[in-house]
Parts: sequence; C-alpha cells; structure tokens
Amino acid sequence: MSSGTLYDKVWNFHRVKELPGGSTQLFVGLHLIHEVTSPQAFSAIHEKNLGVKFPNLTIATVDHIVPTSNQERPFNDPLAEEMLATLEKNCKSHGIKFHGIGSNSQGVVHVMAPELGLTQPGMTVACGDSHTSTHGAFGAIAFGIGTSQVRDVLASQSLAMKKLKVRRIWVDGELQKGVYAKDLILHIIRHLGVKGGVGFAYEFAGPAIEKLSMESRMTICNMAIEGGARCGYINPDETTFQYLKDKECSPKGQEWDKAITWWRSLASDSEAKFDDEIQLDGSLIEPTVTWGITPGQGISIKEKIPNPESLPKNEQQIAKDACKYMNLEPDNPIEGVEIDVCFIGSCTNGRLSDLEEASKIVKGYTVATGIRAFVVPGSQQVAKDAKSKGIDKIFLNAGFEWREPGCSMCLAMNPDKLEGRQISASSSNRNFKGRQGSANGRTLLMSPAMVAAAAINGKVTDVRKLLQK
Amino acid sequence: MKHEFPKGEIKSISGRSFVIKGDDIDTDRIIPARFLKCVSFSALGEQVFADDRKELKGNHPFDLDQNKGANILIVNDNFGCGSSREHAPQALMRWGIRLIVGESFAEIFFGNCLALGIPCLTAPKTEITKLQKLVDDNPKQIWDFKLKDSTISNQKETLKLNLEEGAYKMLFSGKWDATSQLLAEEERIKNTVKNLPYLNNFKQ
Repeated sequence: MSSGTLYDKVWNFHRVKELPGGSTQLFVGLHLIHEVTSPQAFSAIHEKNLGVKFPNLTIATVDHIVPTSNQERPFNDPLAEEMLATLEKNCKSHGIKFHGIGSNSQGVVHVMAPELGLTQPGMTVACGDSHTSTHGAFGAIAFGIGTSQVRDVLASQSLAMKKLKVRRIWVDGELQKGVYAKDLILHIIRHLGVKGGVGFAYEFAGPAIEKLSMESRMTICNMAIEGGARCGYINPDETTFQYLKDKECSPKGQEWDKAITWWRSLASDSEAKFDDEIQLDGSLIEPTVTWGITPGQGISIKEKIPNPESLPKNEQQIAKDACKYMNLEPDNPIEGVEIDVCFIGSCTNGRLSDLEEASKIVKGYTVATGIRAFVVPGSQQVAKDAKSKGIDKIFLNAGFEWREPGCSMCLAMNPDKLEGRQISASSSNRNFKGRQGSANGRTLLMSPAMVAAAAINGKVTDVRKLLQK
Repeated sequence: MKHEFPKGEIKSISGRSFVIKGDDIDTDRIIPARFLKCVSFSALGEQVFADDRKELKGNHPFDLDQNKGANILIVNDNFGCGSSREHAPQALMRWGIRLIVGESFAEIFFGNCLALGIPCLTAPKTEITKLQKLVDDNPKQIWDFKLKDSTISNQKETLKLNLEEGAYKMLFSGKWDATSQLLAEEERIKNTVKNLPYLNNFKQ
C-alpha cells in the first residue's frame, strides 16, 4: 500500500468517513459541472427535495454542445439550446457560478478552470467527465464521475470512493525537439495498455516531467484515463506556482505565501512508497500517432502499422478489428497515410501553447488541397491570448478555419463532425469507432504540431522535417 | 417496454442472457455521443449500441428476437472504457440489462453501474469463454445469479464469479445508492472543511 505520496496526503485531508464495505466518504474541494452530465443530477436532487450543499464549491460552464461557428442564442440546435438553458436555470436557482456563453471565461471545462486559478494543488476535483484527470497536473486528486455521483456531490459535497493504488511513472531525460507531451502520454499508454491503469492513480515524475510547462503537464494528466487510470497527477513545484501566481482565483498577498508552504508539503516524500513503479527514458520517444481504435494503438512515426499476427495474442483480435475499421494496411508505414480533416483543439490540446507550437509549423505554408483544417481554442481566454499574439492570423492565412471555443470535433456533440469514412488527424484524446461524429469515421491521434504538419502535407508527416526548415 | 429499475437489496437475478463479444468496448459505442444531447435519461434504452446495430442491420445481439427480454449481458475485457457518461449504464439498464458478467470492467463504468444497482462481476478469460459458449448454444435457457455465493448457473453448470467486497456489501445490504449515507455525516463534513487549508485562508 502506498504511503507518503501526494495522493495519500491529499486523500487524508479530504477523508470524511470510512464507509461500510471499504469505500471512503471523500470531500470534494472543487466540483465542476457542464451541460451534459448535470441535468439528470439536478433532477435527482429536486426529486429527493435536496439542495446543493456548498454552491460556492461548484462551478459551471458549457462546452460539449456549443457550436463553434456561431454562438448566438438561441442555438440552431433546439436540443443543445435546451441543455444550455437547463444548466443556466439550475445554476441560477442554486446560486452556482456559471461561466456561460458570452462570458470571457467560458471554455472547455478542463481548460477554463485551471486558467481561472480554480484548480490548485491539494484539492480534490470532481466533474462528470472522465478527462477531469487533467487537473491532477497541479498536484490535485482529480477524477471523473458519473451522474449519480454528480448528484451526490451536489447534495453532500462528498462521494463514496475506493482508494486507488499509486503507480509512479518516472520519465528520465528530456523530450526531443518536435516531441511533445502528447507523444509522451501516447507512448506511455501504448506500453502500459488502455487498462493498465485500472485501479491505479498515476504519479508522473522525473526530470522529463519536471521540465514540462503546466499546459504540457495538463496534456499528460488529461490522458491518464485513456490508460485506464482514473486520476493522474504531478507534484507541485515552481512551475506550478508560477502558473498560478496572480490568476483570478489564486490566493493573494499573505495567503499566497502560506499557500505555497502548504502546497510544497504535499509533494510525494523522497521516501514515499508506491504500489508500483515504472521508469522510462523520455529522450528516446519519437512523434507518436495512433493507427487503431483505442488510444493504446499508437506507434512512432518511424514505425509500420503492426501486423496483428505479430502482436501478443490478447491484442490480436482488436488489432484485426482496428485494421479493418481503419482500412489501413498492416506492415505499411504510418507516415504518408492520407487524411481528410485536421482538428486542433480539445481539453487535451486546445491551450495557448498547443496553438502556438502548431502555428510555428504552419507559418509560411498553406493547407494541402482538399483538406479541411480547423482550430478550436479551448476557451475564450485562449482565443483572446492567441489573437493578441497573431496566432489566429497565421492559421487563417494558411487556410485553416479559426473557430469559437468548445469541445468541437473531439466528440462531435455539436455541428463539428466527420462525414462518412473521412479520416482525421486530431489533437484530441479518443480514436474510438464513431467518436468524431460519423459512425464509420476514422481518427488518428497526434500532437497539435503533428496535426499542423499533416494539414500542410495532406498526409501523416514527421513534424521534425518541417521544424528543420 | 417498461422495466422496473433495480431497488433495495440485489441478492439474486434470473433471466436469459446474451453475449457482446470484444475487448475494450468503450462507452462511445455503448451510447454514441449524439444521444447524450438530452436532459433526461428516459429515451436512452432504445439507443444502446446504436451505431453497431445500424451497421449489423438487425443482426446485432440487441436486436435479435431471441434476446428480447433478456437481462444478463456477458462481455469480455475492459468493458465500458472511455468516457464517464452514466448514459452508458443507463442505456443498458433502460433496455433491460440487470447484470453484467465479463473479464474486467473500466473503473468509472463499474462504479456507475453500481450506483444504479447493476452488479458487474468478473471471471477469468477461460471461464468467460466457456460461459459465452454455453449462452450462445442455448439462448433460451434461464440463468440464475446468486450474489451470496457470487455464482451464475443454468441447470447443469455453475460458474464462480468475482466481485470486490465493497460492491458486494453495498448490493447485499441495498445501500448501493450512496446519497443518504453521505448526507448522514453532516458534522464530519463540517470537520473536514474546517481542516482544509484552502477553505480556511491557508491558516496553519
């Protein structure tokens, strides 16, 4: 059993009671809600005549269903409008702060909350969204929950949860030029598997992790869930504190100094015990692309699409299924696979630095003929910052579309969708069958810079070739 | 089709069973995202596995006449991976599923099922393969699940299943709906809040 880890320390601070049967009643310090997984939870507390216990600890925004081309109300899609209106009404009647359409703080929930300084080290963060693991980048224990648990958190600000084991993933070295956080996490999921993390919290640590910016750290923790780990986290350090300094909701003045002292004390002790430890060399990782239908089916840009027969027995069936669905030939290189659509955005890679890195690739080029390429900033703030740096212009000049913030084509609960058999190069997090809105649409996951390179060449490209220009 | 949803103690489940084959079946497949555009779960039963069913044009297990009214689903490895959407177990429940048996389950999916009173039990691959064959050989047979011994049996064969102790106790006692338990601890919650630095201006 782990001890002395950040996970243990934060867990202990939030433990309300041990429940019969081995779960713990855990207090939730920050509860984030959005329009998709909250309406039924509000209905449930209304049916039971319950109120919202700590309305000041729940924060709402709208992201999944918002159109990214025109955000005027009412939305064209009456169902989307109804979901938004329901959230507005629920927030209003329970006194919950709502960062809605038209506010300058609306955005993908996992982008806007850190940006406002809502997410801080040492918190427990819960949200009805599996990518809540993102917030672990700050040294918080953050995890996705279902709607029944959203109901429980609204009603009691706590939930029943089993303590996870802790696996430390230690990454030595430093990522090469042209290799990004996205490549690192795709690499990790490839090697540990999509269910390797079930029952675990992942602590990402080591020199390669420490060198990453907060935005890159968020990319890593965001996809912990794709490796089966409900939460992933990184110990808070100077990078964390620098990011949080002067954010709207960060502690100020004397409180700031006290906060830093507490935050520092939360980091895993040097003699902490982990349930499992894994070590890898970050400097050996190359740009990584998925070829299949799970985020674990990734390979480096230099590799060939695996022949299912060459894989371990338990991976063969899904690999065959993947080759058939993706219509990709085994033993052929992934580099050069032609694509139709390029999407830069999402809670994984829709932050300013993601857009900035991709724009460096795009600058001076144009999108290949026949390719639909678009950029969806993760939040109003990202959009504003990008515009002030002229990043929108770089993309627009190259032939990309520049959209309004939202979840967009990551999961296509809005007008942004693949059509038919289209294949996308996507900076999002899931390549499941049908994920991007067409029942037989196909997704190749990669870093935003790799998506940019794919847009320019019309095919999967090693971004490092464009960095040498 | 109207079903009574699980309530109270879940000690036994009887009914016909059918198989959904494949590892890593994600929640986007169980309920595609476009069906999440709703403010109530009520219509989800008809939309379960919508895209897979469309592709198989009536030959998907959820469409076969022989499976109408079945309530036990046999799956493979890492079932329910992906998104935290409770819409996935809600869709299965509203279609009529009351018990799922497989090699393993994704964590959030498992918890979401438990919160609805739907047990998810596991068995090793060899046992699941055997169970799937037995079920496929005779879709009409009735299977009896007994929580107390964690077994599922037809008249001839009995297979031992696994369930973690916590989930077992919650289902056995009927306390799988956590809200009332959580609400009972008001004083303890207040104490927890009092000791959280970030809710108290970081006072030491």
